[in-house]
Amino acid sequence: MLKVANLSLAYGDAQALDDVSFEVAEGEIVALVGANGAGKSSLIRAIAGMERPAAGTITYRGTEITGWPSHKVCEIGIGQVAEGRQVFPSLTVLENLELGAMLRRARAGEARNLDRVYTLFPRLAERRGQAAGTLSGGEQQMLAIGRCLMGEPELIMFDEPSLGLAPTIVQEVLKTIRQLNADGLSVVLVEQNVALSLKIAGHGYVLENGRMAMTGSGADLLNDDRVRQAYLGL
Amino acid sequence: MTPTIVATVLIGGILTGCVYALMALGLSVIFGVIRVVNFAHGEMMAVAMYAAVFLFAAFGLDPLHALPLVAAGLFAFGYALQRRLVEPFVRRPEHEQFILLLAVGVILTNGALILFGPEARGIMTDYAFDSYAVGDIIIDKTKTIAAIAAIIAAAGLLGFFRFARTGKAIRACADNLIGAEVIGLDVKRLYTLTFAVGTACVGVAGTLLAMIIEVTPALGPELTLLAFVIVIVGGLGSMPGAIFGGVLIGVSEALAGLLIVPSMKSMLSFALLIVILVLRPEGLLGRRPS
Repeated sequence: MLKVANLSLAYGDAQALDDVSFEVAEGEIVALVGANGAGKSSLIRAIAGMERPAAGTITYRGTEITGWPSHKVCEIGIGQVAEGRQVFPSLTVLENLELGAMLRRARAGEARNLDRVYTLFPRLAERRGQAAGTLSGGEQQMLAIGRCLMGEPELIMFDEPSLGLAPTIVQEVLKTIRQLNADGLSVVLVEQNVALSLKIAGHGYVLENGRMAMTGSGADLLNDDRVRQAYLGL
Repeated sequence: MTPTIVATVLIGGILTGCVYALMALGLSVIFGVIRVVNFAHGEMMAVAMYAAVFLFAAFGLDPLHALPLVAAGLFAFGYALQRRLVEPFVRRPEHEQFILLLAVGVILTNGALILFGPEARGIMTDYAFDSYAVGDIIIDKTKTIAAIAAIIAAAGLLGFFRFARTGKAIRACADNLIGAEVIGLDVKRLYTLTFAVGTACVGVAGTLLAMIIEVTPALGPELTLLAFVIVIVGGLGSMPGAIFGGVLIGVSEALAGLLIVPSMKSMLSFALLIVILVLRPEGLLGRRPS
């Protein structure tokens, strides 16, 4: 479904990604694991069209999308729930959701998608008229996910969806991601909670200093000694 | 000085202030969203005034009928300017944006000087000297029409940002640029539209101001300064602030003309600016930076 081949990305002199290859199959959850600064967010931003790679290609369903601007990447069906949630704080919950449906692909299904989001997150329905900035962290994360779903993506890249959330809410967010996946959505998951993310992932990739260090099934990586030492502290 | 005279002057100031408010609203919208300060704002206003004067002189077109034409023209001008010239500067340092737009302003001012010469030009409609009498208070008809048109335009603009999907998308860009990119808003296109909407405001405001005062090439830079005073007094980036500031400056100018001498009107505005900068740097309705 998504294929990243030999991707390199640099911020000035700093090499963020170096010859990274990476693949997501239809209907799969893929976990991206790595230390801070390993290049996980850079990879997501490059796929999303928010950074311009120096080399390599990104292909989605057979179409090469390398260097496409972010709005075109969203339009083709790749959604993103960014680190820090990135809601529009002074806009209402409903306005945030409406803007998620600005994409041409999502116009026709807007009412249906709004229903779906409100069913998934009843809290958002209760707070639809409230400014997004007044929501709790967990509610903002629901809003960020809901807003992304409004764009009718086929693949969602989650960047640290549980960062800064209370443990019970972390569970809830991951449960939601699993449920969305069960409904047919493909998922790329960057998650600080490595054990949890590998547990729900079909495949995992380990990034180290901008390079792909390891790859394998979620279960294999969970049992790998290097992964256990470096990322699980076992 | 009777209360009647004071009331007459005050009302005149408020009416002119409504037109100022619309001009400042354009500046505020552009800055609030794109974070680029349009240093050619007043010069664009002068261009709109010249356009209205020209349409009146050449075709006898009443300024109110010229309004949509000039607004559309300035919209197109702003659209092209943002797309071709300002866009590459959006992420550049502020002083580079400043020099770029200053240059645009200088070109517009001198272009007007070449085309129209240095003398003042105005519009003399049939109703230019009409006025309404409310008791002893005299209200100028032209100013009333201009103010009502400015209020309608401003209300339309606020409605656009509040209710239209594109307006909401523009607010979203101002609110959280990363968030806007993340959900696939076409930020470049929205910036271009924003700049065009801001200059269209100037198109309307300029046409209306041309009904009230005469235009000279030198008026452009003065209006830029005036627009700045207004948005700083009202609160940079705040739309209600721009409106309130515009009316306030309109009143202060009128009062200066009454209490001191008309040529000192700017002095009072600048004094107000200094007082605001000292006592409330974020402006009267601006948000304190957190």
